[in-house]
Formats: sequence, C-alpha cells, structure tokens
Amino acid sequence: MPRDELGILSEIKRSYIMRRLKEGKRSDDRNLDQFREATITPNYIVRAAGSSMVTLGKTKVIAGVKIEAGEPFPDTPNQGVLTTNVELLPMAFPTFESGPPNEMSIELARVVDRGIRESKMIDLQKLVIEPAAKVWIVFIDINVLDFDGNLIDACTLASVSALKTAIVPASSIGGKDFTVPTTCTPISVTMAKIGDSLVVDPDLEEEQISQGRITVTTSEDGHIKAMQKGDVGFFTMDEIKKAIITSSNVGKSLREKYFG
Amino acid sequence: MMKVREIVLPGDQIDLQGAKARYGLYKCGEGQFCSEYFGVLQKSEQFVDVVPFNGAYMPRRGDKVIGKVIEIGPSMWITDISAPYTSLLHINDVPWRTNAGDLKRYINTGDYIYAKVLSINEINESWLTLKDVGLRKLEGGTIVSIPSPKVPRIIGKGGTMVNMIKDETGTRIVVGQNGLIWIDGPPENVMLAISAIEIVKNEAHTIGLTDRIAEYLKSKKGEISGNSK
Repeated sequence: MPRDELGILSEIKRSYIMRRLKEGKRSDDRNLDQFREATITPNYIVRAAGSSMVTLGKTKVIAGVKIEAGEPFPDTPNQGVLTTNVELLPMAFPTFESGPPNEMSIELARVVDRGIRESKMIDLQKLVIEPAAKVWIVFIDINVLDFDGNLIDACTLASVSALKTAIVPASSIGGKDFTVPTTCTPISVTMAKIGDSLVVDPDLEEEQISQGRITVTTSEDGHIKAMQKGDVGFFTMDEIKKAIITSSNVGKSLREKYFG
Repeated sequence: MMKVREIVLPGDQIDLQGAKARYGLYKCGEGQFCSEYFGVLQKSEQFVDVVPFNGAYMPRRGDKVIGKVIEIGPSMWITDISAPYTSLLHINDVPWRTNAGDLKRYINTGDYIYAKVLSINEINESWLTLKDVGLRKLEGGTIVSIPSPKVPRIIGKGGTMVNMIKDETGTRIVVGQNGLIWIDGPPENVMLAISAIEIVKNEAHTIGLTDRIAEYLKSKKGEISGNSK
C-alpha cells in the first residue's frame, strides 16, 4: 500500500482530518477517545518463554520474552533484572532501516520498559536465585512487523500479555518451572494533540500531523505509573490533566476488554 | 459462498481456447502459455489476461493519475505517483502562466494533482501534464489508495461501478490509474463511498460484484437517511 513514507503529509488529508475533528469524529469514523480494534494472540511463539502478537488496526507487533539466569546489578542484589528492546524491522515501514537502534526505537523501548518497571508489574524480588550472585534476567524483545501509528501502546499491550504467560525455566537449574510473578496490568494510552483536540490511539496520518504526543501508563489502582511527552509541541496544564483522566478511563476499559 | 473468478499461480499453464494471450502471460513451450502472476484469469472472446492481485504501478503514456507534490525545483514540481520512480511536472505543462522560481504559488508540496502522463522514457523518467480537460489541482475531499491492478474493477465496465458509487453516495470521485482515489462530499457519504471501495478492493476477484455493491449501498443509504430524519 503506498503510504506517506516521504514524511510529507498531504494538505488534503490534513484538512480532512481537521474538518472531521471539528465535528468530533476522526477520519476513520472513530470517536476521539476510541481505540482501534486490537487482537492479542498470547503464546504466539511456541518455543519462547512467553510471547504475544498484537495487532492494533494495521499496526502489528510481536513481543517475545526470554528468561535466563545471570548476575544482578551490584546496587540491586536482591532483585531480578528486566531489559526491554524494540526492533523496528525494515519491512514494517519504508523509512525503517536495519542497523543500530535509532532515536525512535530507543524511546519506544524506554517508555514500554518504564511502564512495566515502575508499575512493579513483575515482582523482581521473587526472581532471585541467590542474592547478589544469581538472579533471573527477563528479556523482552519486541519486533515491529507493521507500522500504522501508535507503536507505544501496541508494544505495551504485547509485552504485558507476553509477560502474563511467561514461564521461568527454573527446571534448568534444578528447580521447578513457575510463571513470572506479576502483580498488576499496566496499560499505556497514547494521545496526539491535533488542533485543540487530544486523540487517543493516533494512526499514522494523525501522528504525522500531531502537534505533540503524550503517553500515560496507569495500573488497576488508577495510579499514574509512567508518562512520556514526545514530538515537537507543547501541552497546557489543562490538556495534561485531561490526558491523565482519559488515559485512566480508556486504560480501565482496555484492561477489562483484553485482560478481564 | 461467493462465485469467484479462476485464480492462477505463476507458472500455471493456461488453456487459451483459441484466444490470444495478452497481459500477464508468457510462452512456456510450443503454443503453450503460462501465468506470470498470482492473480485472476480474465477471458474474453479475443484475449486472455492475467490480472495480478497486487503490484507496483508503472506509468504508461496517456494514463490519468493522481500524484502528490513532494518537492519543488526551480522550474518543475517533483511528484510521487506511487510508482517506483518519481514523476516530473514542468512549468510549461501547466495551464497557468508561471515564472520560474514562483512555483509554490500555484502548487505547493503536499498538494495532490490529477494529471496525465505526458511521456515516459526507457529509464523510467516520466513527465506529467495538467493541460487537458478535467486535469487540475485537487482541493478538499480526501484520498484513499488501493493496489493499482484493482483500478479497473473500481471503474467497472464502461465506468458502471464508479458511477454507481458516485450516484448512490452523492460524492465526487476521481480515480487515478495509479490506485489513488480522491473523494469529496459530506463526511458520512465519503465514509460510505470509502467502505464501498474497500469492499470492491477485497472482493475484486468475485463475480457479480456490481450488483452486490448496489445492494450494499442501497441498504446503507437507507440507514443514513433514516437516521437523519
């Protein structure tokens, strides 16, 4: 499908999106706070410790979890280790290139990581084999297969659902396999600012004309676990407050719908 | 189950039944022809074609296409017509009197134009022109894209399909040979036209499509007008 890979959004599409937003609708007939239909396929990769494929509209990502025994960080001897990595595959979008991670994939990995880490979704203290010597290291590797906007939320959904099914291979060191100890379900909700509106789950065209992006991750208790402001642009205090409320409402309904 | 046209794979031998091989076929033996693409077989009395399911658009002289201006040079606009190569529109080929260096005033980057392919050479450089009836800069509306091999189905026999979508939805539609489609009209009608085009795109290989689209549009149109009253 030919898309705006050259980064030049057409004036026609921009004015169409703006015109529809004035009526309170999006270019694809969604409401401002409506997510695209997501499908989550847990255990997509049979041989991984945990995995999940998520499609969000035409965006498609696969998350894989690998769990290995290793050394803890010296400052946290009584905790397991969590690392997140995102790979933007060249087949996902015309401008994605192979090679070392770029700004976009680093930001993506860090925001996803922050949501999972700061919500304490994984109980890292239960992943210690021998304090200060041997702990379980959880690797989350996310591959972006198709890009049509809002990678942050797709990647978070994929990571969370992959972690929920992940199994720690303790039998390899003489123990008994157990599922990764999880405590909550963090859900990130990304909004793009277009004109005066905040649109939830922006697609590619909306991302291209956005005047700022804000991501808020919440957990079941409604607490804010992570936030990230991206792109060039600014948010007023009221907009940030609105973003937080929207995020917790949308996050709640997503949690019930996909992890209920 | 919908009736579908015959689907062929690359290398499938095709029984011509006395007709001539035309597009998408190659000779694979004495008097034998095979399919070049994964697509549907189209047989008429005289010719047999294989219409691929997907593929890049290659410009041909005389095609009317929709292109996006991506860059402006001193004397020409560089446009993306969703072909492997960009296409050029020279200031001599627009209907306005323009001065070199002042091209932005007429067409800016990000604008869409409905243009005709003026010429194409052996290294795939192509030139567009706006000097013909109906060719212009597109303003308002929205753009959707479909694979270019499916354009003939959107247009239909003698324009039946696109005219029906236009009449039933009350929208203005311009179809470019390169698979870009411009639609203008009231938003709910545009959404309906887009959904109809989506169906044509996904069911391009089936038989009796025009009737099904007519039915679909009639049922949907009832809903829309019913809601507004």
